[in-house]
Amino acid sequence: MAQIELSGIERIFRLGDSEVHALRDLSVSIEAGEYVAVMGPSGSGKSTLLNLLGLLDRPDAGHYRLEGRDVTTLSADEQAEVRRARIGFVFQSFHLVPRLTAAENIALPLMLAGVAPAERASRVERALKDFGLESRAGHRPEELSGGQRQRVAIARATIMRPAMLLADEPTGNLDRATGQEVTALLEALNAGGTTLIVVTHDPSMGARARRQLLMEDGALRQDVRRADAAATAAG
Amino acid sequence: MTPADTLRFASRAALAYPLRTALMVLAMAIGVAAVVVLTALGDGARRYVVGQFASLGANLVIVLPGRNQTGGVNAGSFVTSTPRDLTVADASALLRAPLVTRVAPLSLGNSEISVGGKLREVLVLGTTADYVDIRNYHVAAGQFLPREDLGRAAAVAVIGDTLRRELFGNEPAVGRMARIGDHRLRVVGVMAPSGQGLGMNTDEIVIVPVATAQAMFNTNTLFRIMVEVRNREAIVPAQREMEKIMRARHEGELDVTLITQDAVLGTFDRILGALTLAVAGIAAISLAVAGILVMNVMLVAVTQRTGEIGLLKALGASGRHIRLAFLTEAALLSLAGAFVGFALGHLGAWGIRLTWPVLPAWPPQWAVIAALGTALTTGLLFGVMPARRAARLDPVQALMKR
Repeated sequence: MAQIELSGIERIFRLGDSEVHALRDLSVSIEAGEYVAVMGPSGSGKSTLLNLLGLLDRPDAGHYRLEGRDVTTLSADEQAEVRRARIGFVFQSFHLVPRLTAAENIALPLMLAGVAPAERASRVERALKDFGLESRAGHRPEELSGGQRQRVAIARATIMRPAMLLADEPTGNLDRATGQEVTALLEALNAGGTTLIVVTHDPSMGARARRQLLMEDGALRQDVRRADAAATAAG
Repeated sequence: MTPADTLRFASRAALAYPLRTALMVLAMAIGVAAVVVLTALGDGARRYVVGQFASLGANLVIVLPGRNQTGGVNAGSFVTSTPRDLTVADASALLRAPLVTRVAPLSLGNSEISVGGKLREVLVLGTTADYVDIRNYHVAAGQFLPREDLGRAAAVAVIGDTLRRELFGNEPAVGRMARIGDHRLRVVGVMAPSGQGLGMNTDEIVIVPVATAQAMFNTNTLFRIMVEVRNREAIVPAQREMEKIMRARHEGELDVTLITQDAVLGTFDRILGALTLAVAGIAAISLAVAGILVMNVMLVAVTQRTGEIGLLKALGASGRHIRLAFLTEAALLSLAGAFVGFALGHLGAWGIRLTWPVLPAWPPQWAVIAALGTALTTGLLFGVMPARRAARLDPVQALMKR
């Protein structure tokens, strides 16, 4: 059984009188631990797909089975619970809460899940260490560099040890060197067993993924698996 | 999310926008302070008036000549229509009622007092030895009027503190002679300074035996009779006894009016209590305005933090988490405002007490509790709508906002 199974997904946005078919009859399955890049021109439905996978959006038709469970029919609060426990998000614009310190931002999912403060502190401390942010724990986002901000965001996305990590243009706001650093970090997490799904414009980043989904006009054009991608990622 | 986390998260959010929070707190504070100060003023006035009346004595019945109430026809009404005067004999008769403990007939008139060439206009009060006890007055020097037969016109006088100062200066007044009208009287006592009072001020009066006063003013009627009954509970039965006595003495006609302190007191208490309530109601309008401000501020906060709400949802916050966080923030703002207003209000009441020391301007407990309660309730009530709006935001849309 695949970790993610999408079958016959349709997503239609209504803008005034016109209807935009953001996703049409999309069926795809992704195994646990895969490294998938979703690519395509703007408006091809990449972000909509990512939002659906992250349970932030609901399809108009079709079924989404996550770990064998049909999650399309869950209530908003049940979906929130699934997001909290199983899904980590990384955004292009980091989305850190500006008034909270790095450590507090990382602790947010633990707080929402009601983890006891003592355990929270130790887990955040470990995460700060893992992501090389120990010296920045007490700093607010505005006092951090772009790379550090994204590292905080990734630490936050992974603090609940989710089954999959959804990244929307994670290097879009970063310079090349920092972008590569962040990519390497994400890939290391993937190597640890977390499913990694990255939406990107950047062909070089897409090329590093073992599997590429090419989207066009809301439909899947190409599904490429590269045997040698693992070697590329490692190198 | 534990309650402690919600509280911390909300307070951090409130503190992140200091100006907005300060203005909000100020608005709420003004509302609460208005309630506290205005009710303090209203209740202070009430307490002042009630206190003044209570100082006259709680178990006092005042007998006035004349009747201000329509009664039925009786034997007396055919004999005469004018009320009979109150006399000293009436006062003595009232003392015979079992529930009456003390009686003080009062006779009042204006005269002149002169001591060693100093002359001034003065109010002369004719009464008996019991008057000082009935009214709870104190004698500063010498003694009060001697206890003697009501008909005896002793040539003695007790003077008020201001008169003593003006007429005798620093010399002792007791034992000195003073001329009042055509009478030479010996000063036997000086009243203690009485301070400001609603009742009679003893500072500028001369108190003489009732017979002396009547002789001085060439009359045998009384201004009124003050009657002290055994205790508060005895007022009503004593009133009945006294009415019976007066009716018997006045040929079957009840041509006197009996006033009890309780009746006057109760009326003033009710009127001023209602006034305080009305003032509190007016002040509460400002609280409602503050509540609407809370709503406005929270709606702005929701718009401002749309991205953050989207993020929280992406991180797995349920609608309840977000609703609670925003409601807590609104409650915190209201609560802070309420406490600041409470302090400001007490400061204002203190200022009033300082400016007008006679006014006991303490805000009543109910008003303080009501103001704090209303502040919190309006804050929460008006916080519900923004919180719901935040909870309902579509995460995808919210995340696109920066």
